[in-house]
Amino acid sequence: MNFPSKLIENAVNEVSKLPGIGKKSALRVILYLLKQEEKSTENLSVALQTLRKEIKYCKKCYNISDDEICSICASKTRDNTILCIVESFKDIFAIENTAQFRGVYHVLGGLISPMDGIAPEDLHLDSITERIKELSVKEIILAVSPTMEGDTTAFYITKKLKELNLKITTLARGVPVGGELEYTDEITLGRSILSRINYD
Amino acid sequence: MLLEKIHLINFKNYELLEMTFGNGLNCILGNNGSGKTNLLDAIYCLAFTKSYFGLTDTQNIRHSESFLVVNGSFKKEYHLDNDDLDTNLVEFQTDFQTENIAFGVREGKKTIKSSVNNYQKPSQHIGLYPVVMLTPYDTDLVREGSEERRKFLDGIISQISNEYLQNLLKYNHLLKERNITLKRFAEKNTFDAILLESFDERLLEKGKLIFEERKRFLSIFLPIFQEFYQILSENNEIVSLDYQTQYIQNNQEDFTVFFKKNLQKDRLLMRTSTGIHKDDLEFLLEKRSLRKFGSQGQQKTYVIALKLAAFATIKQEKNICPLLLLDDIFDKLDAKRMQKLLQIVSCAPFGQVFLTDANPERTKALLKEIKQETKQENEISTFILEKII
Repeated sequence: MNFPSKLIENAVNEVSKLPGIGKKSALRVILYLLKQEEKSTENLSVALQTLRKEIKYCKKCYNISDDEICSICASKTRDNTILCIVESFKDIFAIENTAQFRGVYHVLGGLISPMDGIAPEDLHLDSITERIKELSVKEIILAVSPTMEGDTTAFYITKKLKELNLKITTLARGVPVGGELEYTDEITLGRSILSRINYD
Repeated sequence: MLLEKIHLINFKNYELLEMTFGNGLNCILGNNGSGKTNLLDAIYCLAFTKSYFGLTDTQNIRHSESFLVVNGSFKKEYHLDNDDLDTNLVEFQTDFQTENIAFGVREGKKTIKSSVNNYQKPSQHIGLYPVVMLTPYDTDLVREGSEERRKFLDGIISQISNEYLQNLLKYNHLLKERNITLKRFAEKNTFDAILLESFDERLLEKGKLIFEERKRFLSIFLPIFQEFYQILSENNEIVSLDYQTQYIQNNQEDFTVFFKKNLQKDRLLMRTSTGIHKDDLEFLLEKRSLRKFGSQGQQKTYVIALKLAAFATIKQEKNICPLLLLDDIFDKLDAKRMQKLLQIVSCAPFGQVFLTDANPERTKALLKEIKQETKQENEISTFILEKII
């Protein structure tokens, strides 16, 4: 793509590095910003810079946070006896949006994957045991993706925590709500049949 | 199942090729280097999304080009159960459907697309368009290590059962992860039993499923194979296959104990020393090792019988007639066996067969004899490939 201005070209190149944005969309964003008042571009760049400088990771659960301790860990209304283990803070957003969980989280920061060079010691695993004792956790929910690496990680954590005699659960797998039965993949449907539930 | 048309762009030595095939025996004749084997390999790619000869995806691209495309137009039969229709009219009805498959490689990435299925992974395609290929290199099955024989076995069973293939892929993935972990332990001088156990349990579970499926397959395959060997060799030599495994008498408990016992050994070797990835299939002729005691001719006949039996087993289990690709098979066979083989593959249960020969006169003469002597069932088409390099 040819640009009449070097300044626009630079800006487009930077914006098009963002995920899901190509050159054309980047140009659209840049031209839009140019049309707005100068103040709005300033606000945007300030917001981004502050975000970058001020963002922290919660010292307890490794969630993304404004302070040393994240709002979930700091909250007094959360149930500290249920600890939900997730791969990344993105999963926290997903679970929080369901509004079905009132416990606390622990972010692993990855999954065990020897092929990608990720070993258990590269994850935030050591602090789990301490947290369990500190919060007197009664139940662990393993909310990791149902992939090979997810299974390995879940298995590893279960074995590690075995002697603590906790209730360890994992997310149910089944037919998506609003989905058509005939289009559900065989493995999911098979599991759903095996772990069917009572119809009340 | 029939392959009606193939269209190649930049595949190996082909710049552009379009061919329409006959329904029965297709004889592809031409000099050395005219691209006979490459044409068969292109058909193989449509079924397996990879070359038969172990080339990487990009090595299949024509020299100094950046991409390749193989397009195949298949005609598939669907037998309709007439429960829904008026059963008094017809017993059953056969429906034909044209299905297009496109295999492509571009920028080091391969794609497989189908006009009727939406694949999430290329491995889901395997087995839908079954193919059995026979080449002069296949005597490696007898002479080389156990890996070749496991590949042979896995290649057939994967075409019969996609579930088997998925289990095998998962097994290999876990095995690789376990081996990398063992290596890392040795390098860093650490050990974490729980981490290894995280792989072991699933490795054993998948391994057991694979073992049982191989056993089940062999019980069906062996009698079919013995029959083909008998027909081809025209004598009463008894052949059999011995599946050699560390699994003891189907007893999984024992195997788990055995597997765990080898942990120290595994740590030293830095790889997993027990499991179905070590199993072997021994080829026996009159209860003796074919590799050690079989003549070259016997080995060749043995391999041909194995492949024909693979064809028949897939056909029986899947109810789809696989394509049979025969590359330069007359090599090392005497005139009588050549004729015999051609006779077998030119009528039922064989359907569409692709055969190459660098000696057109030989094939033409053989075909003439067959036409005169036997009641020829399948249509015969011949193609002469010009030297295109």
